[in-house]
Amino acid sequence: MDNMIIKQHISRQFNNEMEQIRNKVLAMGGLVEEQVELATKAFMSSDAESAEKVIEQDQLINALEKDIDHECTEIMAKRQPAAFDLRMLIATLKIITDLERIGDEATRIAKMAMRLEGGEFYQDKYFEIEHLLDMVKEMLNGALDSYARTDTEELVAITAQDSKVDREYGSITRQLITQMMEDPRNITRALDVLWTARALERIGDHACNVCEHVIYMVKGKDVRHLSHEELTRTVNETSKIGR
Amino acid sequence: MTTEAIKTHAIDISALNRGSKTTNDKFDPCITVQNLNLFYGSKQALHGVNMEMPRKKVTAYIGPSGCGKSTLLRCINRMNDLVDGVTIQGKLLLDGEDIYDKNVNVAALRRRVGMVFQKPNPFPKSIYENVAYGLRIQGVNDRRVLDEIVEKSLRGAALWDEAKDRLNDNALGLSGGQQQRLVIARAIAIEPEVILLDEPASALDPISTLKIEELIDELKEKYTIVIVTHNMQQAARVSDFTAFMYMGELIEFGETSELFTNPAKKQTEDYITGRYG
Repeated sequence: MDNMIIKQHISRQFNNEMEQIRNKVLAMGGLVEEQVELATKAFMSSDAESAEKVIEQDQLINALEKDIDHECTEIMAKRQPAAFDLRMLIATLKIITDLERIGDEATRIAKMAMRLEGGEFYQDKYFEIEHLLDMVKEMLNGALDSYARTDTEELVAITAQDSKVDREYGSITRQLITQMMEDPRNITRALDVLWTARALERIGDHACNVCEHVIYMVKGKDVRHLSHEELTRTVNETSKIGR
Repeated sequence: MTTEAIKTHAIDISALNRGSKTTNDKFDPCITVQNLNLFYGSKQALHGVNMEMPRKKVTAYIGPSGCGKSTLLRCINRMNDLVDGVTIQGKLLLDGEDIYDKNVNVAALRRRVGMVFQKPNPFPKSIYENVAYGLRIQGVNDRRVLDEIVEKSLRGAALWDEAKDRLNDNALGLSGGQQQRLVIARAIAIEPEVILLDEPASALDPISTLKIEELIDELKEKYTIVIVTHNMQQAARVSDFTAFMYMGELIEFGETSELFTNPAKKQTEDYITGRYG
């Protein structure tokens, strides 16, 4: 079976409700992706206008979180879902928590971008985080894609990327420390970059959590707190229903 | 914070898992079904069913109408013998003995395997006499013994508090939920090993249903319970093991907690998520 969603419930209303939740999660995910990109770019170019937009849009993410939460609760109360349906709702509840946190990290970056405005303008001088941004964006995008397709194929690769992100973060940190030691006047700037890199690294962690929730949803296996080898093995085991 | 205070927070984590449904108890089969085929005339109703039902646990049969779950349940106390034209092949072991063996005394078997039906069926007698009925048939007439067992059984069926002041009233004056618990009291008065419940709560209101479900949870301390239910959530709530049947075949049998969250078969998944049909 390629996709669990293909087979429909007898209750069309139940189908619609589940579909609506999925769509809202994906909308929320898309918005979160946009926020991360916009905030980081605002930071890199000290663009206060974009930063302000990010802070404003965070309200939308928060509202979506509450909205989806409510809908999941309602379905559980009304329909006593089981098996895949139940796992999807549980996974969704957790995924939106991670998405909301990612939104918060983006806001954090945006606030830093606003602080920079008016100060000395370091055009193109925050290049260190650009690569990191690309990496976490890719992770987040892949995680959301897998949720949409109820598919675990790419998830192992995405979770593997997290250690690369950690390494990148480590190397940025070392680089910044060097700069700070060279000239104390670099400290303010270096700290800004460090906090932003830290926020991006956290976003990568949250994207990883989303992957784990999707694995639970599709395979019915709890892969949290496993080593990467164990996780890979679990995902590759043919799941019970051949998903 | 003193060390004392810290110590009080150190909870024994294993204690938190007590009372949870999944246990690591050794699987001790009470009833074993081996390659069971059943025909109503020429129509085959059960196809090669193999299953082991553990002792002092609740096993639920679920499945769409006509899937054979009631038929299978009725095999366990040979109720199907009463239907014309039934042929049964295969084995059904109770504590290792084949209950379809020629030498088996069916009346004795039914004393070991009690049954409760969908519609409460108390006798048109007093509450007391309903519970005492099975014992009187066995020749017990000592009032003291009867008093004791009637009270114990009614307590066991969670009906004592409601019935103790009206033991001599006609049982038909009880509510449906009370009647169903009375029938359960009647079944446990003769101390069976196994209790079969065929849709025991489907004719009852939600509160009475919950009381029956509570009761089932208490009864499994002493008895092996097999329940047929159309209500999947009920099966999920009360049972330790669940068997999903479809068109006379056993599709999947496993721990309830696993079967309802992560079933192994596609057909089970479709049925419990409402995608069947």
